[in-house]
Amino acid sequence: METNLADVTIYIALVVSTLRMATPLILAGLGGVFSERSGVVNIALEGIMLIAAFMGMLVSHFTRAPWLGVLAAVASGIAVAALHGVLCIKYKSNQVVSGTAINLFSVSFTGFMLRKVFEHAGQSPPVPKVADWTIPFIEKIPVIGAMIGKHTPFVYLSLLAVVISHFVLFKTRLGLRIRAVGEHPKAAETVGVDVFAIRYLCVLLSGALAGLAGASLSLGFLSQFRENMTGGRGFIALAAMIFGKWTPYGTLKACLLFGFADALQILSQTLGLTFIPTDFLLMAPYILTMAALAGIIGRSVPPAASGIPYERQQ
Amino acid sequence: MANTDEELRNPSKPPFRISREQAIELVIPVVAVLLALLIGALLILFIGKSPLVAYGALLKGAFGSKRDIAEMLINVTPLIFTGLSVAFSFKCGLFNIGAEGQFIMGQIVAAWIGFSLTGLPTVIHMPLAFLSGVLAGALWAALPGYLKAKLGVHEVINTIMMNYIALYFSHYLVMGVLKEPGPIPQTPPVQAAARLWRILPGTRLHFGLILALGAVWLIYYLLFKTTLGYEIRAVGINPHAARYGGINVSKDIVIAMSISGALAGAAGAVQALGVQFRFLDLFGFVGYGFDGIAVALLGRNHPFGVLIAATLFGTLARGAITMQSIAKIPKQIIGIIQATIVIIVAADEVLRRFLKSRGAATQALVEAGEVEGDGN
Repeated sequence: METNLADVTIYIALVVSTLRMATPLILAGLGGVFSERSGVVNIALEGIMLIAAFMGMLVSHFTRAPWLGVLAAVASGIAVAALHGVLCIKYKSNQVVSGTAINLFSVSFTGFMLRKVFEHAGQSPPVPKVADWTIPFIEKIPVIGAMIGKHTPFVYLSLLAVVISHFVLFKTRLGLRIRAVGEHPKAAETVGVDVFAIRYLCVLLSGALAGLAGASLSLGFLSQFRENMTGGRGFIALAAMIFGKWTPYGTLKACLLFGFADALQILSQTLGLTFIPTDFLLMAPYILTMAALAGIIGRSVPPAASGIPYERQQ
Repeated sequence: MANTDEELRNPSKPPFRISREQAIELVIPVVAVLLALLIGALLILFIGKSPLVAYGALLKGAFGSKRDIAEMLINVTPLIFTGLSVAFSFKCGLFNIGAEGQFIMGQIVAAWIGFSLTGLPTVIHMPLAFLSGVLAGALWAALPGYLKAKLGVHEVINTIMMNYIALYFSHYLVMGVLKEPGPIPQTPPVQAAARLWRILPGTRLHFGLILALGAVWLIYYLLFKTTLGYEIRAVGINPHAARYGGINVSKDIVIAMSISGALAGAAGAVQALGVQFRFLDLFGFVGYGFDGIAVALLGRNHPFGVLIAATLFGTLARGAITMQSIAKIPKQIIGIIQATIVIIVAADEVLRRFLKSRGAATQALVEAGEVEGDGN
C-alpha cells in the first residue's frame, strides 16, 4: 500500500490515536503516583480498572445515564482500593500479594457477573456512553481542531488531572506531607503528620483515578464492557509511572510515549511501517521501563518507603 | 522464631505446648480454604443454584473416573512447578511475579527444541527438550535477578515487565520463524522422541507429574539440607545479617531467581512436551504463573505445602469444567474462590489477631488442663 506522508490525515490519526491510547494510562498512572508517593505499592490498578469498567457499564446500562456510570466506576474503584488500603496499611499485608489477589479476583468477578446479569459471555450489550466534548474555537482551527478539538471527556479530564496532581503534590502542604510519608514516615510522624491517614487518602485517590481510567474504557472509547478489556493497561500505567520518575508530568510524558508506540502499531499498515514487527512496538513500553530502572536512560528511583508497611511508634 | 521467646519466658513448658504459632500457621490456610468455599457457596446461591449440586459436580469432575483423575493430575502438574517457583523466590525474600513469562519462554523453547531436532533417540531428545525449557525459564528470570543484585532494581516491576515482553516475543516467534506452514498460528508438532511418556494407560497423564514430584523433593532437599539452601533462607530472613555473616547476597539472589525461573520454565516445558505437543499462539496469559503465586502462598512457601495447594487448585480447575457443563455454574466461580483464598492468606494478620485473642482467653484453661485444642 502506497503511503503519502504529506497527507495530513495520517498525522491527525496518529495524534488522535496517541491521545486515545494514553488517556486510561494517564489516569491510572496518576493513581499509581499518589499511592506510591505515600508509600503504598499499588499493582492492583489493573484489577481496579477492570471492576470499575464493569460497574460503570452496569450502571449506565440500567440508568441509561452514562455520567452516573462514571460515578459508579469511581465509587467502585475507591471501594476496591479501600480493601487494598485496609490490608496493606492496617494489617500490613504484603502489598504485592494484596494487589495480585485483587487482580485475580477482578478477572473472575467481572466474568462471573457478566454471565449472571446478561447471561452472556465475552461482552456486554452496548450501553449509553458519555458524549464527546468539543472545545470551542480550537475545534474550528484546521488540523489542530481535528487533532484535539473533539474527544471523549476523559481525554481532557486526564490532562486536567495531571495539572491538578502536580499542583497538589508539589505546591501544597498536603503534597509535602504525602511525599514525606512516602520517603520517611517516621520523621513525618515525629512532626505530627498522621501517616496512616495520608496513606489511606492516597490509596483511595488512586482507586478513584483508576476507576476513572476504567470508565474511560467502557463508557468513553467503547460503549460496552468486554471481558478482560483492560488487557494489561494497569501494568503499562505502572510502567509509565516508573518511567516518569513518580511525577505527574513525567507520567504524562511516558503515557504519551507509550500511547504513541501503540498508535504506531495500530496504524503501522497505513504508515507503511510493516518492516517493524508490531510485537516489538507492543514490547517497547516494557523494555524502556526496564532500561529506565536500570539507569540506561536516566535513573528512576522509587520513593524510599514505598512498599514498606508502617508500624506506628508507641 | 517466636517459639524461642516463649521458651525463654516459660522454660518449664514442654515443647509441644508452645507450638501455638505453628498451629496458627497451619490453621490459616485451612481456614482460608473453608472461608473461600463458603463465599463460593454464597455466590452460587446468589445465582439461584444449589451449592451442594455445584460442589458435587466439581468433585465428580475431578475424581469421577480414571480419566477425570488423570485430567485433574494433568492440571496439578504445572501448578506444582509454578508454585515451587514462586515459593522458592519467596524463601530468598524475592517476589517472582514473572513465573508467567518464564512459563511462556520454557514452553516455546521446549516446543522449538522438540520439533526442530530430528532423528534423536527418546532418551536424549526428551530430556534435552525439557531441559532447554528449564534453561529458558532460568535465563528469563536471571536478568531481573541480576538487575536486583547489581543495581538494586526491584524484581517485582522487572518481572511484570518481562511477562509482557515474553507474551509479545512468543507471539512474534510463533507468527514468524517458528510458525508451522498453514493458517493456524502455532509451531509444528513436537517429535515423538521428545514427547513425555504417558504413564497411565487410556489417559493423557504424562511423565511430567513424576518430574514435578521429583522437583518437590529436590527443592525441599535444596532448601533444608544444603548450604546453598541455608544461605538462601538466611538472605530471605534478613539480607543485612546474611551479608554480615559472610554470605554473598548478590550471588544468592541471582541463583535463587534462576532456580525459580527454571521451575516456571519446567512448567511450560511439560505443557509443551506432555499435553499440547506444540506451542500454540497465546491470546493472553494462560495463568499458571499467577496461579503459582496463590499456590505458594496457600502452601506457606514450603515444598510439601505447595504440593497440597497445587492439588487443591488443580482439583478446582478440573472440576470447574464439569461444574459449568453439568450444573451450569460459570467456571469463574473457581477464580473467585482462588482469589479469595489469596486475599485471606494475605490478610493473615486479621486471622492471626482473631485466633490469638481467642487463644489468649482459652490459654489459661488449656494450661489448667481443662480444654484441649489450640484455640481455633
